Amino acid sequence: MSIFKKSKKNDTRNGQVYYRPMRDITLLRLFILPTIILLIVINVFPLFWSLFLSFSRYSAKMPNIWGTNPRMIGTINYSRILTDPDMWIRFITTAKYVVLSVGGEMILGFGLALLIFRSDFKAKGLITTLLVLPMTMSPVIVGLMWQLFYDPNWGTFNYLLGLGRIDWVSDPARNLYSIVIVDIWMWTPFVMLLSIAGLSAIPKYLYEAAEIDRASWWLKFRKITLPMVYPLLLVALIFRTIEAFKIFDLPMGIVGRGAVAPRLLSLHLYNVSFVTWKTSYGSALGYIMLIIIIATTSIFIKYLNKAKQ
Amino acid sequence: MAIIANRKRRIGRWVLIIVLIVITFIYLIPFMYIINTAFKPWTGIKVYPPTVIFKPSIGSFIRIFTSRTVYPPGEVPTEEEISGMKWYERIVYKETNEEVVRLGDFPRRYLNSIIICSISTLITVILGTIAAYGFSRFNVRGKDDLLFFILSTRMLPPVVVVIPVFLMFRFLGLTDTHIGLILLYIAFNVSFAVWVLKGFIDEIPTEYEEAAMVDGYTRFQVFRKIVVPQATTGIAATAVFCFIFSWNEYAFAFLLSRKIAQTVPAWLPYQMGVLGYDWGAAAAGTFIFLLPAMVFTIILRKHLVRGITFGAIRK
Repeated sequence: MSIFKKSKKNDTRNGQVYYRPMRDITLLRLFILPTIILLIVINVFPLFWSLFLSFSRYSAKMPNIWGTNPRMIGTINYSRILTDPDMWIRFITTAKYVVLSVGGEMILGFGLALLIFRSDFKAKGLITTLLVLPMTMSPVIVGLMWQLFYDPNWGTFNYLLGLGRIDWVSDPARNLYSIVIVDIWMWTPFVMLLSIAGLSAIPKYLYEAAEIDRASWWLKFRKITLPMVYPLLLVALIFRTIEAFKIFDLPMGIVGRGAVAPRLLSLHLYNVSFVTWKTSYGSALGYIMLIIIIATTSIFIKYLNKAKQ
Repeated sequence: MAIIANRKRRIGRWVLIIVLIVITFIYLIPFMYIINTAFKPWTGIKVYPPTVIFKPSIGSFIRIFTSRTVYPPGEVPTEEEISGMKWYERIVYKETNEEVVRLGDFPRRYLNSIIICSISTLITVILGTIAAYGFSRFNVRGKDDLLFFILSTRMLPPVVVVIPVFLMFRFLGLTDTHIGLILLYIAFNVSFAVWVLKGFIDEIPTEYEEAAMVDGYTRFQVFRKIVVPQATTGIAATAVFCFIFSWNEYAFAFLLSRKIAQTVPAWLPYQMGVLGYDWGAAAAGTFIFLLPAMVFTIILRKHLVRGITFGAIRK
């Protein structure tokens, strides 16, 4: 280790050896490099490996024989995915899931934030904290408990809503919505927290000025509240869209990955890669998902940058 | 006029408060339901309509902690044997007619969760703090690109990275080991830690450091004796966040652990006993498992916004 080595230029004043202090650049390298190296080894390298696999034919279950089990086959995996009509159903189901859950979270979260922000009582902090609890719980365990909650025979969900014995979990026509409900329950507080942060940052004088002009409630909301909170809502939208698109643990907890499970991309990716062991096909699907995420995020970020100006 | 407007406002205020309390109550029903189910006796779990008031039983908690077998017909224990049983054995026998064999798998899985999450959190926070200090105080070439690169690794869907990670771990023999999951969770959380901690360290004025350096402190001494103590709150908050993230992590744990290093989320949903899926025990396990995350969330409440947005928004 070079920092601990005695430098040749060591001071030897008064017969005592002074070590030359570590140079800033050495310290900087020592501080930053471990993180970068770790990320390269565990994140970037696998990503390139995955990219390579997606252009080959490979199954992790078979013995590795170079030239046979991975065998380069070009873009066949990608073209097979994109021409598969089943896959389009999965894309649409996933998109539906994202739109419904994120849409619900944005509306409810913002509404709840407005309520909390307008109210003035001492337990406001307590209520916010309690509402936030679902967000930091393990999705798969929460999903498991909702599976019990939804149970058609003795579940409390149907009972509380006064519904009959509706099967929310194993009915393929309905279980996508049952996951959407749990997703909204879990992540509405996220949008709420960000909205409250946005609302508290609006300077009071704007409203006072509007008050003098006798602006209506709706006008104030539309011209002051909404534009001021908009950037934060967009941040919430970006985070939630990415997370909802790659949702895996919540459906695993509620429905599992079996035949009745909703046709979500991430569940399919798991089945393809680790149940039927079409590793390379799975990698290609993973890459397509990654491209969708990057594309969506960059569109949102463009809007965000525009909003910030 | 003014009095009426005032009274109207006061009524409005109370309506708002009541609405909020009702919403919060409805919101917490699933949690109350978990606690309710965890304390139900064996026969009460599958009762419809669900009961709210009943004689609580800790049978579910005993069942999640133990491994049991059903008494074969004809070998029912005699009165004498029952009176010789330990208290928990008697409860289990009375509720499900089972015999306690040994300690169950749950304590082991819980311990795994604690070990893996604590060690990975500790290392993540150390790496994150020093990297964040580097990024905060020095002009690194391509700093923005590097920071964005660090963040982008977090945005990858776990299901995409997990295929090559699975192959790599299998090649290195890291599958189902504590070290494997610890490494993975460090990599998974370090990007988060760097971003949030950079925000915290940016807020510490540099004047103290400069003054200390004039007084002859080296950079490292400045970091250790001035920056770290001032960033303690931030470091603690980040640590709690990292702990919660790895505590809740499922995709990697589910795929890369089978038995030895398995954590609770990867284990709890797949426990079929001889009597079918034991929902009471699952609820008891869930209750014990969610408790730390709940406590931490309450401790963290002031830093939540900052944490969930990777430090992008500082309230």
